[in-house]
Order: sequence, then C-alpha cells, then structure tokens
Amino acid sequence: MALVHETDFGTPRSPSETMVTLTIDGRSVSVPEGTSIMRAAMEIGTAIPKLCATDMVDAFGSCRLCLIEIDGRSGTPASCTTPVADGLVVHTQTERLKQIRKGVMELYISDHPLDCLTCSANGDCELQDMAGAVGLRDVRYGYSGEKHPNPGLDESNPYFTYDASKCIVCSRCVRACEEVQGTFALTIAGRGFDSVVSPGMQESFLGSECVSCGACVQACPTATLNEKSVIEIGTPERSVVTTCAYCGVGCTFKAEMRGEELVRMVPYKDGKANRGHSCVKGRFAWGYANHKERILNPMIRSSISEPWREVSWDEAFSYAASELKRIQAKYGRDSIGGITSSRCTNEETFLVQKLIRAGFGNNNVDTCARVCHSPTGYGLSTAFGTSAGTQDFDSVEHTDVVMIVGANPTDGHPVFASRLKKRLRAGAKLIVVDPRRIDLVRSAHIEASQHLPLKPGTNVAVLTAIAHVIVTEGLANEAFVRERCDWSEYEHWASFVAQPNNSPEATAAMTGVDPQALREAARLYATGGNGAIYYGLGVTEHSQGSTTVMAIANLAMATGNLGRPGVGVNPLRGQNNVQGACDMGSFPHELPGYRHISTDAVRESFESLWGVTLNNEPGLRIPNMLDAAVDGSFKALYVQGEDILQSDPNTKHVAAGLAAMECVIVHDLFLNETANYAHVFLPGSTFLEKNGTFTNAERRIQRVRKVMTPKNGLEDWEVTQRLANAMGFAMSYQHPSEIMDEIASLTPTFAGVSYERLEELGSIQWPCNERAPDGTPVMHIDHFVRGKGKFVITEYVATDERTGPRFPLLLTTGRILSQYNVGAQTRRTANTVWHEEDRLEIHPHDAEQRGVRDGDWVRLASRAGETTLRALITDRVAPGVVYTTFHHPDTQANVVTTDYSDWATNCPEYKVTAVQVAPSNGPSEWQRAYEEQAAAARRIASPAEAAE
Amino acid sequence: MSPDRLVHMANQIGTFFRSQGPDKAVPGIAEHLKKFWDPRMRNAIVAHLESGGEGLAPEVRAAVEALRPVAK
Repeated sequence: MALVHETDFGTPRSPSETMVTLTIDGRSVSVPEGTSIMRAAMEIGTAIPKLCATDMVDAFGSCRLCLIEIDGRSGTPASCTTPVADGLVVHTQTERLKQIRKGVMELYISDHPLDCLTCSANGDCELQDMAGAVGLRDVRYGYSGEKHPNPGLDESNPYFTYDASKCIVCSRCVRACEEVQGTFALTIAGRGFDSVVSPGMQESFLGSECVSCGACVQACPTATLNEKSVIEIGTPERSVVTTCAYCGVGCTFKAEMRGEELVRMVPYKDGKANRGHSCVKGRFAWGYANHKERILNPMIRSSISEPWREVSWDEAFSYAASELKRIQAKYGRDSIGGITSSRCTNEETFLVQKLIRAGFGNNNVDTCARVCHSPTGYGLSTAFGTSAGTQDFDSVEHTDVVMIVGANPTDGHPVFASRLKKRLRAGAKLIVVDPRRIDLVRSAHIEASQHLPLKPGTNVAVLTAIAHVIVTEGLANEAFVRERCDWSEYEHWASFVAQPNNSPEATAAMTGVDPQALREAARLYATGGNGAIYYGLGVTEHSQGSTTVMAIANLAMATGNLGRPGVGVNPLRGQNNVQGACDMGSFPHELPGYRHISTDAVRESFESLWGVTLNNEPGLRIPNMLDAAVDGSFKALYVQGEDILQSDPNTKHVAAGLAAMECVIVHDLFLNETANYAHVFLPGSTFLEKNGTFTNAERRIQRVRKVMTPKNGLEDWEVTQRLANAMGFAMSYQHPSEIMDEIASLTPTFAGVSYERLEELGSIQWPCNERAPDGTPVMHIDHFVRGKGKFVITEYVATDERTGPRFPLLLTTGRILSQYNVGAQTRRTANTVWHEEDRLEIHPHDAEQRGVRDGDWVRLASRAGETTLRALITDRVAPGVVYTTFHHPDTQANVVTTDYSDWATNCPEYKVTAVQVAPSNGPSEWQRAYEEQAAAARRIASPAEAAE
Repeated sequence: MSPDRLVHMANQIGTFFRSQGPDKAVPGIAEHLKKFWDPRMRNAIVAHLESGGEGLAPEVRAAVEALRPVAK
C-alpha cells in the first residue's frame, strides 16, 4: 500500500442538513449550509491554495492565500472564512488572484530559510507545495529569511522538535492545541517579525502544559514542529491503517513506514472513534516494540529457581503441552486453566478460550476484565440485557449534561476527553462525581457545574441520593418509564429511593458530599436536556461495583436518557480490547456473545462445530484460581498478555498462588512480573506485527493490520494454535479472518461481521446482523435488549475495609496520562520523562500531621502489606484520602490493596484501602527482597550454561 | 478453598439479594451461586454448611441448602 494522503478540505464539515447549491469555476456543487467555499471547492476536487487552513480546526483567515472572487461581490475574500450561499458564482483562479497569491508567497518565502534539500519536511511541506501551486519563480525581497526569530531548536520533548526559524505563524498548532486537544498550551508571542509560537509563557515544550498529543505536529505545514523519528529516518513511503493498542477509545492510526521500519504513527481522520486526534501514548509511545528487553525466543525451565533456557518453538510447545497433560492426569481435568488478554485481538482471545473450553476440557478461563469492568457486564446485562455501553463516541456532540462518575478521561481516555472538552466549551454542563479534583473539574475554559467529592466507597449512597432527589422532586420521566421499563419494578424502586434515609441530607455524613450540591447536580442531570453518564473504574472496582453500575442504569432509565444520541450509559473501558475480550467468551460462565455455559442449545452449537463435549458448569475466576492454587487444587495456568502479579490485588497472595502452581506459561512481550513465577515463556508479538480486530468501548470492531514481520516469528494466534495442536486439540486456521468467520457463525451479535465487511465499512459496532447489517451506533432505541428495562434496588452497604486508628487514611489508585496500566509498554518508552515513578498524592493537612514534606519517601502500609514511595503534596485529594498510580513494579501499589471484591463479580476493590502513611528512609524490606528475587528469576542461561 | 473467604463472598451476595425483597433473597442467592461459582467452590460452601455453616447469614444458609448436591 502506498502512502495514504487524506484529503484536507481546509475547514471542518458542516453538520447542517440543509443543502446549498453554488457554482465554482463553472461547476455546480451542493453542500450543507455553513460549509466554507474552500471546502465546497475541495468537494469537487478544486484545491484552492492555502496555508493557515486545515480541516481539523476552524477557519482563521490569516494567510491570505486562499482568496477567491465572487460574481457580484467586491474584493477578494478568503475562501476559508466565506460560507457558501445559494446561487453564488465563484472563481478560484483569475489573473488578479494569481498576482495576489504570488505576492503573498513572496513575503512568506522571504522570511523562511531555504534549506529545503536538507530539511526534514522535504517532500512533505505545504509551504513548498504552495510555492509550486502559485507558480512562484522569484522573490524580490531576498531568500535568507534572516529576519525571522531563530532562538535555536527546542528539543526538550522526547518525540518532536520545535524549530522557530521555520515557522510561518499560521497558528495552526495554536488552534489545534485549543480546538482539537483543548489544552491551550500554545500561543503566539511577539508582534510582526518577532511573532513566534510559544509554549506557555515562552517555556520549553517539556516544561509547559503541553501534553504531547501531537495535534500541533500534525497541524504544522512546515518542519517547524516535526517528529524526531522523521528527522532521524526520513519521510515514510507507505501507510497501513490500523488500531491503537492502548486504551479503550480505539484510535485509528496510519502506521507510516519505510520498509519494515515504523517511521511514525499518525491519527487517521476517518477513524470513527478518534476523528483524527491522538494522545501521547498512541501517537508516540510505540518504542517498546523494539526495546532491548523484549524477549524473542521461547524459554523453559523446570523450576523458577533455575535460569531460563532458550529453546526452539517446537520444544517449548512440546514441553508446555506435556506439563499440562501431566498435571491434568495427576490432579484432574479442572486443575488447569488460562487467562485471555484484553490487550490481544478478538481472534486471539477467542482462540485461548476455545483452547481452554475444548482443549483443556474445562471452563477455567477468565480475563483481565475481571479486575476492571466485570461489574459493567453484570450490571448493564441485568438492567438492559446487554453487557456494553449504549452509545458511540460521536454521541457526546449531542449531549447537554455530562455526568462523569469515577473516571478521569483526560488521563485515562484522553482522545475522548478532548472531544468531551470541545462539547463542554460549546456549552454543555458537567457534573463530576469523584473523590479527587480531576482535571476536568477546572481546566482551561472548562469548569464543572458540580463536583461531588465523595468519600471512596460511597458511590451507591451518592447515586441513590441523586435518585432520591429526582423521584421526590417529581423530575422523573414517567412517560419513558411507563413505555420502556417494568412499571411495577419502577414503583418499588421509586418508593425505595424516596425513603428519607436515602436523601442527600441523611447520607451526607457517610458520603461527605454537600447535600445542596448533590441536589443541584440531580436537578441538572434530570432537567438539563440530553444527559449522558460516563464512568470508569472508580465505579466498578468496589465491593458494590455491580450495584453502582445498576444505580447508574436506574438514573438513566428514570430520566429517559436512553435510546437516542446524546444520552446513555457509557463505560469508559480501560484497555484496547476489554470489550472484545468480554464479547469473545472470556468469562468462565459464558460463551461468546454473553450466553451462559449451562444453556444447552448454545453449548450444543459450539460442540457441534468444535467436535467436543463442553463442560456445562462455570469455571474459576482469576481470584478463585489463585485461591484454589494456594489450596492445592489448581496447578497450571496459561496467561496470555497479562501481568497478574503486578496488576491484581494483594500481591503477596497472587505470588503465593503462582508459586504453588507446577506450570505457569506466560505468553508476553517481556519478562513481566508474573514471569518471575513462570516455567514456560512464549514470546508475544506486538499489535504492529499481527492481523486481527479490536473492539473499543463503543462496541466498535476495528481492524488491526500487520505492518511488519513478527520479531518473535509468530503472531499470537499462531502461538495459541500451535500450543493447542501440541495438546492434541487440532486447530488449522490460516488467517485470523477465518477465526472471525467462526466467531460470526457462532455469535448472533456478530453474525454480520467479516473482514470483507470491515474493509467495506471501516468499522462495525455490534450488534451486526440481519436487523442491523451495518451495525448499531446507539442501542436500545425502541426497546431494551431484555425487553423492559429493569430497575434494581441499590441499597448502600459500607465496605468491610474500614479505617481506624492503625489505618486512618483511604487509599485510592488510578492511572496517569503518560503511563499505561502496569507500564510494561510505556515504561519502555521515552514517556518516562513525564512519570518516572509512582508518587503518593497526599493532602497538605495529612502530610503536615505526619511530618511529610513534598518529595519525601513515605511508608504506605495497609492490612495486606506495605511499600514505600515518594510523596506528592496536593489538595487534589481531600483530607483523609491518598492516591497513587500502579505503573511501576518497584513500587507495587498492589502489595497494599486487599482481597475484598465486588459482591457479584469478584472485581477487586482497588479503590478503597485503609492505610497509614509515615516518613521512611527508602525501600521497604519487601521491596528489597522482591528486587532480589526478580533479578534471580529473570536470569537467562548462557549457551554454555544451557548446554551443561 | 478457605471457608472464611467463601463465607464472606456468599454473605456479600446474600446482602444484595436480601435488599431486593424477602421473596427474592433465597432463590436469587442460589441462582447466583449456581451461575457464577465453580463446582469446587459450591462443594466447599456446601461442605461448610454441613459442618455447621458458621458465619453464613440465614438466607445464605437456605440458598446453600438448595444447592445440594453439587453435580461435580
């Protein structure tokens, strides 16, 4: 495939449905009202010269290059700022326009260094292109460009450079930072020839508020802002459109290549999740794929006290299969299991669960969604009948009131956050329910109408109090409820929430939320127009995670905020394919498509195709597997693409479970923490090295395309297939498309999905079947999947994790923008310049009480364990609450978290741990011991050692 | 499987279904355990009940009683 050049229409698409017809250069064109003449011209293939215009940002009208003439109107207006009108007759190329444009270009070029041959943007420079387009042959004012400010290169950002000498002051970068990203980190400083792009108050890019999303680099028409990889390698020669492998937004990118070398990742404008935008992770943090610590050869060892021994793929599969079979023969069929990965493709996930169900002969399969969004599956399935969010991301453009509960989109889902911020700047209102003052509470041109800073663990009480206000103040949409929901269940629920003990005033002592603020928030959500709830792991990772999800569903149903654009219940999924992993039957109790394993007809359809009899009982969940391992009934585990030792709660218990197993098979890119307890290591392939699909948080199935040969030699689905074959369970897929065909044949909601349809449509949101052949952007339009929407009583139950004299503070955990989950990928990129260690956020009052200063080492202890890390004193957290991230294994925040979990799903209660904080001199005994053990466990025998 | 942990988990489930109404508690708990607990977990909680069922909430006891015998 050649380099994909997306058409730049110059100005954004108009949303109007009213069409306007005009004539441009003698050709008639009909476009939506509000379209610029520049865009209308491009619609018929006429590229009016331009420099300051690009269709990712609004028209600016500063470069004076895109001038046109209009019959009956005087002057030469800019086509980017002039809207179309019925009957206009426009000329884009006249003698007068040609002369003006040449004159303008002369001025630009006279102020620009002409080092084109050695410039990194040579061949990819719009200034160069425009000089050609206007026929510039001479510059009367000289060529030196010496008047332009040249303060030298700013190379502070690890991924791009800023060369002010090449800046034409078009302001595209400034506008991209404002309009697309919403950070407002850039401005133009100075006047006239002194004008220069300035990050913040003339700071360096790294020292400014820049979040390194890359929007400015993408918008820059010259080499002023340019990727360091392009400067180092050169311009790319081909593009492959693929899907990001970080968060659940699922951004579409062009992987721009030279040979098999990735030059850069550029967000794709046709990507329906990201609409051409990106964040620092997807845009830049792909260097881990080539990191020196990546393991490319299979390895085995009979004991974790031995060094690893590199072996052939055949020997690795043979050893793994023989161990699995030996263990089953000795301890029984149900003594082994596996974990699918939300980082891997749908096809790979499907194969792992198939191997376990059909090859291992049990249902001991689980996935990392267990520890993040399993309550979403339970809660939304109960309320609506489907384990997924109700909307697409475009829906936010129609929202009037956004309620964010337990999510931090600017860090966790940054590209969606940018779209959300744009809508908020346009006037939508915002309610934030979160213990921390997340950035969205107050940032550039955004201020939440209400921030409800609840005590961790009291989500259900707060949401039920919101329902109390809605019901008791007569704000419920009874017409919607009567038509769409079970009315008797609603009445039962309404009488429950209306009880005085559920009022904001009665619950304030538990929740810490100002009753008046809560009432205002409830009124705003119920009466402010289209209300949409977005939520994250601050909802699910609690002992009442599933109840909280159902409380959210109750609010949406009671106010009629379902079934159309702009509303809905929207879980912000953490990982790139957590939705897909759940869809693919990764949970131990259900087959692909969320159908219970005990349902005979469903099970029989799989049995018929797979040629085996399936066990009709649910298998073990991850925490149950670890418990069973400690108890001695679970002995072997195949883990694909997950690091349970670092990511799962109560690290000591996880370690004990893993240590008790006789065969742990880790299939991953790196020797992660779990691999310290592994006996077989199967090297994995990155998302750049394989074909498949991911499904994002809006149920959007998107292609992952192989852009280079797997460095380890096999795509991950091939690894699972060969392991299955070694086990004696035959698989013979030639391509992941065949696996998708099998998924479609067995799963009604995927019935219309195939690689051919994905090529045709670009992406598909499930359900996709005969009733919805092109997919389903918004669910539950006329009726809920389960029929009538179900209201569920949501009684608040305090967690068993209580503060007290020994552990008086509440710890809650989360992510930061530049790092991703356990950091296996992002820690192996230059993103570490933004976050090189986990820090403990602590309120100034709590810090002072303990004699802790900013940057001090502190001991963080809970009933489960302790670790040390450095303190960050901030009033973002409330007194009594501390917060940290879990990106770094040398901190191991999960040493501190407990075994408590959601009542319905066993999703761990990461968000509430009672802790104490005290000054410390450095790493704890446990950290020192762990570091020593990890170093020993990662040894790889030299060829001479291996031969002995 | 540690009985303490299973009892805690079962009682959590019991607390939720008890809030849904008295007639829904026992069948709700029993159905949940059957749908989501692996047979060895169900066997373990049944065995715990048979040895006295210490710590189990009344509705949970009744629900576990309804689980017997576990098939596998």
